[in-house]
Amino acid sequence: MMTDERVAGGCDKVLLVQAEFDGELDAAQAAQLAAHRAGCPVCRAAEAELAQARELLQGDLYQPAPDDVRARVLARLNLVAPQSASAPARRFRVGDFAAWRPSTLGFGLGAACAAALMLFVLSPAEQSLTDQVVAGHVRALQPGHLQDVLSEDRHTVKPWFDGRIDFAPPVKDLAAQQFPLKGGRLDYIGGRPVAALVYQRDKHVIDLFVKPVAAGAVVAPETAEKNGYNVVHWVQDGMAFWAVSDVERNQLRDFATTWQRTP
Amino acid sequence: MVLPHLDAAHNLARWLMRDATAAEDVLQEAMVRALTYFPGFRGVNPRGWLLQIVRNAAYGSMKLNRGIELVPIANGEENGGAAIAELPSGGDDPETSLIKARDRSHVQQLIGALPVELRETLVLRELEELSYKEIAELTRTPIGTVMSRLWRARRLLVQATREQRKAS
Repeated sequence: MMTDERVAGGCDKVLLVQAEFDGELDAAQAAQLAAHRAGCPVCRAAEAELAQARELLQGDLYQPAPDDVRARVLARLNLVAPQSASAPARRFRVGDFAAWRPSTLGFGLGAACAAALMLFVLSPAEQSLTDQVVAGHVRALQPGHLQDVLSEDRHTVKPWFDGRIDFAPPVKDLAAQQFPLKGGRLDYIGGRPVAALVYQRDKHVIDLFVKPVAAGAVVAPETAEKNGYNVVHWVQDGMAFWAVSDVERNQLRDFATTWQRTP
Repeated sequence: MVLPHLDAAHNLARWLMRDATAAEDVLQEAMVRALTYFPGFRGVNPRGWLLQIVRNAAYGSMKLNRGIELVPIANGEENGGAAIAELPSGGDDPETSLIKARDRSHVQQLIGALPVELRETLVLRELEELSYKEIAELTRTPIGTVMSRLWRARRLLVQATREQRKAS
């Protein structure tokens, strides 16, 4: 399969020598080759050249995405919500974004950028998780980005996450407690995709971010505030929750308590 | 998910485009495509899948911009075979002779000067450490061609370094 005389430069086994060099030969093939190579100066020279080539490539040649490029890519991706089968009208149009440059974008992209930076540049400490969920919330409030699945029925919202993330988030309808479910979407928090459930209180949107954690951990609701948004964080049943909203702190705590109590 | 492979995607885009801005454009486009199509992805190798998208985006961009890159090396295999000529007869001290020449920008230039098919094969093998089979699938090329491209790429690198060293 690899007897290219012109490439081989005098021996048709040179590409086999290379294959061995690249770890592509099995033991039997390698043994066969070794027998040949012992008597073939061309193959031994080839081996030396391969080693030189690799030596040349030992430098710092890998080009990982620089931080600024990464931030810009992620910022743009965060604007491109994962596709929802139930919302084809929101299909992303490449042209729209192709014309955009980061410098001309407003607060939404700025927030997304900030979120991306926090996600991937800073270590995902607890404090930055708060920042991240707030940024995720703000980002989602941009037109058209709140829900990927638009439904008040938890039996629609919950299965929507199947196959989109690697865990099944609990979905509860709290309409009776004045927190009706409005839908859900995917988001990125702590460097991984998480579920975001969308609830409403009067005219206020409440995002509930859900991310799996080690089983057994329990954290009682704790409140934080960031840029005018309230965040309530708790852990139960192997899931970490962050409720984020601009509703009053007490109402958000009420939401958290209601969620915890509702089976 | 494809995000963990962002560095790999950038690496390939950067080496294919040889220009930071062009690489970022390609990366942006590829990541958007990847995310858009990811719900339909059923394979087991998201990195290979993403790299393929990057490659398509890069080739598309080259075609749009110039078309120069897309012209295969003249006369393909034959010329490549001639270009790498015959192996050295030994005598010079190859093990150590090249090491001093091994500074980053020098090697970068050499890789950048390779024809794009050789360059991508070399980058996928040596920097991304993909197997022959993975490279063959990604570039939609027979394994035998992957092997000869890789061989030519390496030979050209070593030879160019040797010649430069002689000249200096």
